[in-house]
Amino acid sequence: MVKEKVVCCYDGSFQGFLSSVFTIYERRLDAVDIQKCEGSGTDMFSVKLQIDSDRSKAERVLKGLKKHSDKRMIKQIYRCFLSEQDGIEMRLLVLIRQIFKGNTGYFYNYGDENVMALHKVLKMIRREVHRMHAFVRFQELKDGSYAAVVEPDFDVMPLIGQHFEDRYPSMEWIIFDVRRQYGLHYKDFKSTFIGFEEKLLTIKSSALSTEELEYQKMWRQYFQSVNISERNNAKLHLRHVPRRYWNNLIEKQ
Amino acid sequence: MKLATIEKLSILSDAAKYDVSCASSGSDRKNTKTGLGNSTGMGICHTYTQDGRCVSLLKILLTNFCIFDCAYCVSRKSNDVKRAAFTVQEVVDLTMNFYKRNYIEGLFLSSGIFKSPDYTMERLVRIAKKLRTEHQFNGYIHLKAIPGASEELLYEAGLHADRLSVNIEMPSEKSLKLVAPEKSFKEALEPMSYLKSAISESKAERRKSRNAPKVAPGGQSTQLIVGASPESDHQILNLSDQLYKTKQLKRVYYSGYVPISDDARLPTVDKTPVVRENRLYQADWLMRFYGFNVDEIVSDLHPNLDLQLDPKSAFAMRNLHLFPVDINRADYWQIIRVPGIGVKSAKKIVAARKFRRLNVEQLKKIGVVWKRAQYFIECVGYLNKLLDKPEYLIRRNLLPASVQQSEREKQLTLW
Repeated sequence: MVKEKVVCCYDGSFQGFLSSVFTIYERRLDAVDIQKCEGSGTDMFSVKLQIDSDRSKAERVLKGLKKHSDKRMIKQIYRCFLSEQDGIEMRLLVLIRQIFKGNTGYFYNYGDENVMALHKVLKMIRREVHRMHAFVRFQELKDGSYAAVVEPDFDVMPLIGQHFEDRYPSMEWIIFDVRRQYGLHYKDFKSTFIGFEEKLLTIKSSALSTEELEYQKMWRQYFQSVNISERNNAKLHLRHVPRRYWNNLIEKQ
Repeated sequence: MKLATIEKLSILSDAAKYDVSCASSGSDRKNTKTGLGNSTGMGICHTYTQDGRCVSLLKILLTNFCIFDCAYCVSRKSNDVKRAAFTVQEVVDLTMNFYKRNYIEGLFLSSGIFKSPDYTMERLVRIAKKLRTEHQFNGYIHLKAIPGASEELLYEAGLHADRLSVNIEMPSEKSLKLVAPEKSFKEALEPMSYLKSAISESKAERRKSRNAPKVAPGGQSTQLIVGASPESDHQILNLSDQLYKTKQLKRVYYSGYVPISDDARLPTVDKTPVVRENRLYQADWLMRFYGFNVDEIVSDLHPNLDLQLDPKSAFAMRNLHLFPVDINRADYWQIIRVPGIGVKSAKKIVAARKFRRLNVEQLKKIGVVWKRAQYFIECVGYLNKLLDKPEYLIRRNLLPASVQQSEREKQLTLW
C-alpha cells in the first residue's frame, strides 16, 4: 500500500515555511511535501494540510536552529528560501532535519547531492545580490531624494538593504522591485518595506530634479569614452551585463 | 574658449582609459553617519564596457597637457590631440554625483605632467583631500603617484587615497629609455620604495593604536605594457615577481599594447596581443594564489607562455611525473596544481573528503573541470590510465574547443 503523502500548504512567506517545519515535527510526519498554496492541486495519493503562518511556531524553529547551529546557518537557510526555486522547501527541510539530528557539518558535505544543490542556489542568490549592488541606478527626484527601479531574478530586496544603508546613510532613497511590486524606503537612518496602490514600473521624467538628466548624459558619455573599440568583445560584455538588466541601466539607453 | 564639463569628461576619460587598473577592492574604509560611501574590501564592477572591461571607478586624467613625450602615450607632447583640464571643483562634483547615483565605487585620478611633478601631485592631493574632508567622501580613491614628487606630497596622498600607483610601463630599462627618454626605472621605483615603507610603518603604528593614520590601505599597484617592446614573458614575469616581493605590490597589471601611435620608436603592431595579455594574468594568478614559483611557469628553456594552453596545463605537461594526484589524500597545495581545479573547488574537496572519499561524479558537481582534470588525478573508482597516452594526444585534448577546431582544419588543409 502506498503511504499517503501529506502536502503542507503554506502562504509563501518564510514564517509560513517555518510554521510548516514546526507542524511536521509536531505531528511526526514522514512523507511530506511543502508547497505554496496557489501551487498545484493534490494528487490522489496525498492529503492537503493547510498551514497557518504562525509567528510563535516559526520562532521556536528558529530558536532550535540557533541552538543546534548558528546565526550564519539561519541566514543561509533564509537566503536559499528567497530563491523562490521549485522544491527549495523540501531541500531545506532535509538540511533542517540534519541540523536537528546534530549533524552540524552536514552543510559542508559537498559530496552530498542535496548540499550541492543548496550551494548552487546560494551561489545564484549571491550573484543576484551582487548584481543589485552593482546595477541599481539612483535618479535624483525634485525633492532631493533618490529612487531606483530594479527587476531582480529572485526576491533579493530583503538582502540588499544593509549595503545601501551603509553607503548612503544621509540620503533619502527608494529601491523598488517592479516585478514583485514592493520596495525599500530609507529615510532618517531607518528603512521600511513599501508598496504603492498603483502599479509602478518606471520613474517618470517629470519627477526628476533639474540636474538629473545632465548627470545621466555625462554618465553615458563616460561609458562611451572609456571603451577601447580596438578591443571590442561583445560576448564578454553580454556575459557581465546580461540583456535583461539593460532596461534599468542608464548607460545602456 | 571654456569647455563644458561633459566635453572635458569625454577627452579626459578617453585619455585615461589605457590605464587598465580599475580595482576597487582590498581597502577597508567605513562610512560615517553623515558621510557618503564606504569601501568594504570587495570591489564592485558597476558596469562593463563594450570591450568587456570592468567599470568600477570614475577613471579620468586631471589634465592631458603634458611636458613629456613618451611614445606609448596618447597624451605625449608631440601628439596632435585636443587638450583639456578639469578644475578641482569639477572633479569633486563629478565624483560625488556619480557616486550618489551608484554609478561608481570611487575615483581613479591620474594626470599628465604640467609644469613639474610636485605641481601636478599637489593638485591630485588637493582633490582627494577635499573629497575626504569637506565632503566626507569615504568611497574608493586611487591616485597616481607622480615620479619625482616630494615625499611629503606622496605621504599626504597616502593619507587620503586607498591605493597609489606608479606605472613602470615598459618592462625593461632599455625599452623605457627608448620610448621615454625623460624617464628611468629608478625614478619609478623610488616612490614605490618610499610608499612601501610608509605603508608598512602605518600598519605597524595602527597595530599599536587604532587612531594612527592609515596610509594607502589598499596598497600599491603598477602597470606594464606588453607587446610594444621585445621582452619575453620570462623577463616580464620575473619583474612582476620582484615587484611583489621587494615592493610588496598588491597588483601588477598587464596592458596589451594598443597601437595608438605611429611613432617610429615603437614597433608596428596590427593587433593588440589580447591572448598573451590573458596568459600573463593567468601566470600572475598562479604566482599569487596557487603557490607557483615564477621559474616553474617560465624559464630560460621556455621563455614565453604557451598561447594555446593555459600556464597551469602547460606546467602539468612539462611535469607529467608529478601526476596523477590522489584527490582523497594529497594536500591542498598539490590539489590546487591540478589543471581544471581552482581555489574554490580545492577548498570544497578538502572539506568534503572529511565525510567520504570522493568519486568522479562528486568532483564534477563540486566544480572540477573534468575535461582537463581527468588526465592528472585519481579518485574513488577512477584509476588514471590516461597518463600513459602519448603526450601530443593529452596536449591536444587540453586545448580549448575553439583551438582544437582550428587545429583540425589546419590538418585537413595539410592533407
